[in-house]
Amino acid sequence: MITEFGHFALVMALAVAVLQASLPMVGAARHNGTLMAFAAPAAVTQALLVILAFAALTHAFVTSDFSVAVVAQNSHSLKPMLYKVAGVWGNHEGSLLLWILILAVFGAAVALVGTNLPPLLKARALAVQAMISVGFILFILLTSNPFHRLDPPPLDGNGLNPLLQDPGLAFHPPMLYLGYVGFSMAFSFAVAGLIEGKVDSAWARWVRPWTLVAWIALTLGITGGSWWAYYTLGWGGWWYWDPTENASFMPWLAGTALLHSASVVEKRGALKSWTVFLAIVTFGFSLLGTFLVRSGVLTSVHSFASDPARGAFILLLLLLMVGGSFILFAVRAPSMQAGGLFAPLSREGSLLFNNVMMATGAATVLLGTLYPLIADALDMGKVSVGPPFFNAVFLPLMTPMIIAMAAGPMLSWKRADLKGLSQRLSGMLAVSVLVALAVWFAQGGSAGPWWAAGGFALAAWLMVGTAWDMIERIRLFRQPLGLSWRRAKGMPRASWGMAAAHFGVGLVILGITGSSAWKLEAIQNQHLNQTVSLGGWDLTLKGVEENHGPNYTASRATFDLTRDGKQIATLSPEKRQFLMPPRPATNAAIRTSLWGDIYVVVGDQAGDDSWVTRLYVNPMVPWMWIGAALMAAGGALSLTDLRHRIGVPKAAPSKGKTP
Amino acid sequence: MNRLAYLLPLAVIAVLAVFFFIGLGRDPKLIPSVLIDKQVPDFTLAALPGRGDTGLSSADLKGHVTLVDIYGSWCIACEEEHPTLLAIKKSGDVPIHGIDWRDDPEQGARWLIAHGDPYTRVGIDPVPGRTAIDFGVTGAPESFIVDQNGVIRFKYIGPITPEVWRDTLLPIVRSLRK
Repeated sequence: MITEFGHFALVMALAVAVLQASLPMVGAARHNGTLMAFAAPAAVTQALLVILAFAALTHAFVTSDFSVAVVAQNSHSLKPMLYKVAGVWGNHEGSLLLWILILAVFGAAVALVGTNLPPLLKARALAVQAMISVGFILFILLTSNPFHRLDPPPLDGNGLNPLLQDPGLAFHPPMLYLGYVGFSMAFSFAVAGLIEGKVDSAWARWVRPWTLVAWIALTLGITGGSWWAYYTLGWGGWWYWDPTENASFMPWLAGTALLHSASVVEKRGALKSWTVFLAIVTFGFSLLGTFLVRSGVLTSVHSFASDPARGAFILLLLLLMVGGSFILFAVRAPSMQAGGLFAPLSREGSLLFNNVMMATGAATVLLGTLYPLIADALDMGKVSVGPPFFNAVFLPLMTPMIIAMAAGPMLSWKRADLKGLSQRLSGMLAVSVLVALAVWFAQGGSAGPWWAAGGFALAAWLMVGTAWDMIERIRLFRQPLGLSWRRAKGMPRASWGMAAAHFGVGLVILGITGSSAWKLEAIQNQHLNQTVSLGGWDLTLKGVEENHGPNYTASRATFDLTRDGKQIATLSPEKRQFLMPPRPATNAAIRTSLWGDIYVVVGDQAGDDSWVTRLYVNPMVPWMWIGAALMAAGGALSLTDLRHRIGVPKAAPSKGKTP
Repeated sequence: MNRLAYLLPLAVIAVLAVFFFIGLGRDPKLIPSVLIDKQVPDFTLAALPGRGDTGLSSADLKGHVTLVDIYGSWCIACEEEHPTLLAIKKSGDVPIHGIDWRDDPEQGARWLIAHGDPYTRVGIDPVPGRTAIDFGVTGAPESFIVDQNGVIRFKYIGPITPEVWRDTLLPIVRSLRK
């Protein structure tokens, strides 16, 4: 009964969304205030209905109602409660419902928070948002109905893929979706701005916080996914340039560019059509990600449930939304007033440069991801594009970007003067060279890869530059500490947020460089009480015993980790055999410290007293997680900036428009 | 700026759309198996309890064209292809041998009683399923067409539907008989 109620709520949400997509549009065209005012309550109603539908599906999962097809296919009565709930979005139908839920909640949030939005912009943006809703609710109702019943119901469910039965899963897809779908807001505002033919600093001030929320969520989602892959897939890596990973990375790159160019529109009124273009592209990448993962056009290590019919539907949605808005863009953007001229060497100039690098980076990732598909379509055979391509193309693109990234915030708007900065820049260069030399000698010269020194120098350049800029801004060491403290408190939180995020990027670079350059691994047939040494660490296999979890049996190995004969820790990796569905899963044991991870995996039994074991030393991996968290924290700090919360300042009209 | 530049995104989308639509009609998982045109791997598998055959070995695959089907009682997609297999058995077009992969023998036997038994011979390949791995199996169901000389001639990944049988597999079986 509750399930049918959920189904009904979703159908009602579709009806509301259809009205919300059409009436306010008509109202905005005819300047009819009543029709325009319909958008906000409709957005809230739509969100409430979708929440009801989602709650109904969650109810079916929590109570293990196996008469509901998705529950029977993806859940099991023995499954721990956490995974019953996570199971709601651990499948195709449920994850789409989550997609729509987030979409509707974002719309409702704009309706509720945006009370001082210009009414035309608000009506149109909410109408565009509702159009996306209509498309996706139709998709779910026509091709992937989560409320479909089975008759007769099975006695028990099929269980959830054990790889997905992990705390990481409870957290990481919702975060990714929050990111993907969050960019829909920027898209809706962009299309609304194009229809109106006006994109100004007020527009940018509205777009930025929504983009920022989505960006923070996507940053955390990608990091969470990478972390999940790191400790559950058991191959000691954290990124594989897999289509699913790329699908989340492309909107992140475009979204990062959007975030920065929107600030140029806000502060200087320049780069308008570029920003609108990025808003469309970013959401386009989000849709593309959904399409790639859902349609099965590409193979991936972790794409679940794929189906060409569904793929065709998403593709159609993607073409309608992105194609439609690009047509609008081609018609309207050329006539948009450009403003705020700037010299190449200026804050705007550096932001534009990095924007272009980011967009190019996203385009190369797109090319690499789609190349197998294109080659197949042209009958050039089955090819796969792997890490070598991406590393060779993407990393060189990012290097000048990082260099400019450290210098950009020091440049002044409109026109900058390098002379005033020469002292700082040469200081930064000196530190970078010193760091590179130190790394080179520490790794024993050419005993390690040359790019390790380069990566560290790049990170040092960025981190020192970022820190130096903040020190200059608060005049630390140049005046009494108390005054500096007051200056620091008085600085906009967005500036602190930016500094934290940029510093975080530096940490991520250190982590990536260190873990790629000095990773050690050993795969062997290890006997009981045999010791394997790796990079000064000694790992002794002490025993393997059978263990039982709620819905799996496990071989649990015990390793003694020692260094120079001194006991450091006991590590217990597991190889789990799930009962329903009967699939194996590895649970790596990881000993983390600030300098890096010791990563141990136990495999199949090879002899009477021997097992296949894989041991990794992954230096500096935690730096990546810390750096990524710092980036997200920087974004969050920037979000709390008072200027965002006020939205359009009341004083703006009297001061006149930003030139 | 040049107006044409504003049309560029549209052009890119149009080109991508063409490739996507072509891509949708194809299966990226159809990776040609390295074992095509090679002898089947050597194997000897025990019988399922109560089924009355002597299991399945590589020697059984010689002398006539056969379809070797990898399945398991735990495999949901196998239930989907099962009616098709039963229909093939009824038609007598080709003998089907089953490899019950990563399964419990008792459960495998019960599953065949419950769903019907299309197989001529069945061998049980218990966890970790070495024989199927030697066949290069990536998941169940997967099927191989083996010719008179015990050479693998075709590999099909996923459930066999009546269309797949009619349009893809049966023509290959017929051509091998000649």
